[in-house]
Amino acid sequence: MQVSEAWLRELVNPGIETATLIEQLTMAGLEVDAVEPAAAEFNNVVVAQVVSMEQHPNADKLKVCQVNVGEAEPVQIVCGAQNVRPGLKIPAALIGAVLPGDFKIKKSKLRGELSFGMLCSEQELGLAPDADGLMELSDSAPVGTDIREYLSLNDSMIEVDLTPNRADCLSVEGIAREIAVLNKLPMQAVAFENKAVEHAQQQSIAVNEAQHCPRYLGRLIQNVDPKAETPLWMQEKLRRSGIRSLGPLVDVTNYVLIELGQPLHAFDADTLQGGIQVRKSIKDESLALLNDQTITLDDETLVIADDKRALALAGVMGGSETAVTDDTRNIFLECAFFSPISIAGKARQYGLHTDSSHRFERGVDFTLQHRAIERATQLIVDICGGSVGAISEVKDEACLPERAAVQLRPHRIEKILGVTLSGDEVQRIFNGLGMQVVSNADGWEITPPGFRFDIAIEADLLEEIGRIVGYNNLPNSSLLMRSELGTAVESILPQDRIKDFLVDRDYQEAITYSFVDENIQQLIAPDDQTISLKNPISSELSVMRTTLWCGLLNAALYNINRQQSRVRLFETGLSFLSKQGETVQQAKIAGLASGNVNAEQWGEKARKVDFFDVKADLEAIFKLTGYAVDFKAAKHPALHPGQSAQLVLADGEVMGCMGMLHPTLEQQLGFDNKVFLFELDLELLTRKKIPQFNALSKFPSVKRDLAVIVDEKTTAAEIIRCINDCQESAIRDVHIFDIYQGQGVETGKKSVALSLNLQDYTQTLTDSEIDAIFSKVLDTLTSTLGAKLRD
Amino acid sequence: MSANIDEILSQAIQALAQSKDLNELDQVRVDYLGKKGEFTLQMKQLGQLEPDQRREVGQIINKAKGQFQQALEAAKNKLQAAELEQRLAAEAIDVSLPGRGQAIAGLHPVTITLRRISQIFAGVGFKVVEGPEIEDDYHNFEALNIPAHHPARAMHDTFYFDAHTVLRTHTSPVQIRAMEAEKPPLKVIAPGRVYRCDSDLTHTPMFHQVEGFLVDEDVSFADLKGVVYEFLRAFFEKDIQVRFRPSYFPFTEPSAEVDIECVMCDGDGCRVCGQTGWLEVMGCGMIHPEVFKSVEINSEMYTGFAFGMGVERLAMLRYGINDLRMFFDNDLKFLQQFN
Repeated sequence: MQVSEAWLRELVNPGIETATLIEQLTMAGLEVDAVEPAAAEFNNVVVAQVVSMEQHPNADKLKVCQVNVGEAEPVQIVCGAQNVRPGLKIPAALIGAVLPGDFKIKKSKLRGELSFGMLCSEQELGLAPDADGLMELSDSAPVGTDIREYLSLNDSMIEVDLTPNRADCLSVEGIAREIAVLNKLPMQAVAFENKAVEHAQQQSIAVNEAQHCPRYLGRLIQNVDPKAETPLWMQEKLRRSGIRSLGPLVDVTNYVLIELGQPLHAFDADTLQGGIQVRKSIKDESLALLNDQTITLDDETLVIADDKRALALAGVMGGSETAVTDDTRNIFLECAFFSPISIAGKARQYGLHTDSSHRFERGVDFTLQHRAIERATQLIVDICGGSVGAISEVKDEACLPERAAVQLRPHRIEKILGVTLSGDEVQRIFNGLGMQVVSNADGWEITPPGFRFDIAIEADLLEEIGRIVGYNNLPNSSLLMRSELGTAVESILPQDRIKDFLVDRDYQEAITYSFVDENIQQLIAPDDQTISLKNPISSELSVMRTTLWCGLLNAALYNINRQQSRVRLFETGLSFLSKQGETVQQAKIAGLASGNVNAEQWGEKARKVDFFDVKADLEAIFKLTGYAVDFKAAKHPALHPGQSAQLVLADGEVMGCMGMLHPTLEQQLGFDNKVFLFELDLELLTRKKIPQFNALSKFPSVKRDLAVIVDEKTTAAEIIRCINDCQESAIRDVHIFDIYQGQGVETGKKSVALSLNLQDYTQTLTDSEIDAIFSKVLDTLTSTLGAKLRD
Repeated sequence: MSANIDEILSQAIQALAQSKDLNELDQVRVDYLGKKGEFTLQMKQLGQLEPDQRREVGQIINKAKGQFQQALEAAKNKLQAAELEQRLAAEAIDVSLPGRGQAIAGLHPVTITLRRISQIFAGVGFKVVEGPEIEDDYHNFEALNIPAHHPARAMHDTFYFDAHTVLRTHTSPVQIRAMEAEKPPLKVIAPGRVYRCDSDLTHTPMFHQVEGFLVDEDVSFADLKGVVYEFLRAFFEKDIQVRFRPSYFPFTEPSAEVDIECVMCDGDGCRVCGQTGWLEVMGCGMIHPEVFKSVEINSEMYTGFAFGMGVERLAMLRYGINDLRMFFDNDLKFLQQFN
């Protein structure tokens, strides 16, 4: 809502400066977004009158004028405007004047004729973006008066950003009311005299939807002059409210909208066919609107219609067929109250947003219609003339909003706001806000006025007190809270620990959008059922990710395309899957590594990252949890079939997967290096084993190595499992320390070197016991995996 | 005899002087002091002399031997010192070369900011709770006193999946879920991703919020002001000015916007604060009785406050980041600045 400060001050004029006034408004919850001067800086421009005019001897398009600028003698000014003529009153910039854009007016000679100033257009004074001639002033303008004073240009345009609950401030009167109560001053409501009724003609009105339109007022005004000129003061006030002048009839309805907050509409009465009806639209009915748009209606929209057709979208916009034009003689003036619920969302549904819908959606004062239609009538008749008919009103009291009294209790003021207010203060605040206050045993009963749609419970009243007293004048306290002992849950590995770990392992944290490109999602996880947005920002952000890899691959490419050959990223966040129609949202942690293992450096030979580098990072995380995780060869559509693994917990639950991006995808997506990926379920990953003590053995341990030849397809896991299956309790630890293929080993076979650590709890192992364990291990390996001892 | 000894000594000393390393020096030692060494031979010959001559010559030999040994020790020390010097010179490195091996990365500035916020509140016992991002209309709107067609919905630019399912537009639904799950007293903060269908210079379709709320008996607006005040001072580690402006949120009443003195210009007015000297950093208010009603908490007995803040905004102010969109480009050159 944009409003002129001078207009506000006509209603209430506290002795404070503009800066203080806007600070007051902002701090009362009417946030001032911007303050602009009503006119750009200029000076030394006065109201002047062309006394006489002669053709310039040396230039066809120039006139030499004698101009009365309020001094003893007229001054000579050369002018090239088409509309210059004797008797015309115009603004004249005198010698020494500085116009907007730092344009200085000096004595000059134009084609040999002296000129002592300049006659100005609105554009030259910075009052309009363009102009097609001099600014013509009213014949009554006093010559010699400073134009800024005459046009009241020393004014500010205040842009107030109102929250949706404060529809009551969508008018000059509304904002003035707030200023008044904040400054403990009375507000001067807009005063005028109603025009007398002069003819007996009435338009018939039928309201079929009383619930949506509880009050509808209309009157016929005959013989108006639609081409009359809107007075300058009204044009200026509208301009300063951000509204263009569009002819006197529309200007008046806009003026009343800004002044009182009531939207009105003027129909050309001669285009109406039969009576006015307020009804629901008929499906597929079409309506040509004022903005040259034709819409097709559903069967749920409130319209103003006549006997033949829909005329206007109720509370939103009028139709073009019944709009007032330069030929209009008789108008039907509509002033209604449409209930917020019936207008809400309607404008948006048809892609519209108007000053009218904005107000009706939020709530227009349902007691205002008589006053507003009288005010509009008075202004129309004053400007355009015309003969006024009686007001026809259709109303349904039962459907009008109710204003129930709300109880305010002093102890709640103290409890919630921490202040104590006297009865007088309460009276002053709420009366100032237009509310009725009645004292009772529990405090006060407060009844909100028709223009407040946001006062229904005690908390709403408390907010009003807070606003008017000032939030910053309410006390602050240092919170005293009940405190409990904290918890130290050991069975959960904090997510932060895992993230810090990956950071320490040189993975940079990324945050990518949760919605991704459907095509990439499809490439990476073709088997996942995705969830699509109905109204995505763009096709690249249209489906919810089922894996964090989509975003990470995208982020990696972004960097690779910016000369970063080494990228290591991780991300945590939800993945979104549709499973049997149910939405499943799972927290994941995923990572990506591509390029060299280490950043380029002098001390280590450059080496590309491989499967086992990434696997080592994951194994280290699993170590933090204390739970064993198996890496099982598995296929994944996005991964290399020979370099991908499923990560399986002891109970068989799959925690995630890792592997190398499939070479086909690597090429398709535009990578020029191998890319390794992992993704784990965060909930499963953060389960932590609480350590359990095992007694230490007092007896020495023995380390023995063993090399066996096995088929090259035999996996390390199979060999280890086979040894564990021997159930030799003395075997404390087994690990592989070498894999060899080549000379001395048959093709298709490999040599695996194992190190066994043996220790018993009850005795020192003898050589023969150790040999026995060894041959059992070897026998088992031979019988299960066909292993042979390597010589 | 003594002339001979003197000669041997001077030869020996010369030999020492000519030795270039410890091996050569040792050879000289053997040549003169070994079993067949010159001094040893001289001592062996003593037996052939008369007893009184024997003592005299013996003393001369011992003296010369002593002198040699001294010289030998000195030569040895000198050579050892020279060798060490050489080794040290040979082993000298360029200590300015960087260290070897793996580097360290860093967290995203949003995570860093979220952690600091959580840390401040966790310190006084707020529990961190998370919620779903695909949310139902009830938790995102209805239960928060935003019925269908409420004008506040238009402020939200919601992403829809169907008529009843949305991407949460704020973290406030976690407030509802937390109050459904547990009864007061409650102290909760809920950080997370939120979504609005809006994308331009100053909006990204996804961003982060932290919602916080406290419900107990006798919680007042003064408590809210105190907590917000102290939080902002803790977050910016600075004694900044804070002001509360009346505002409107359907789920709080009274509601307030919180402004801080611009941290870029210390309140003098600059481009960042639009010359006002103030920056809007969070919204807050006393939990609306309708919200309490929807989670069956008695609002006569309990009161509470809630607040919500944009994490990117706080991160931008804290670290001087001037472009919101950078947060989600994941450019390493941006991210690594926070390592």
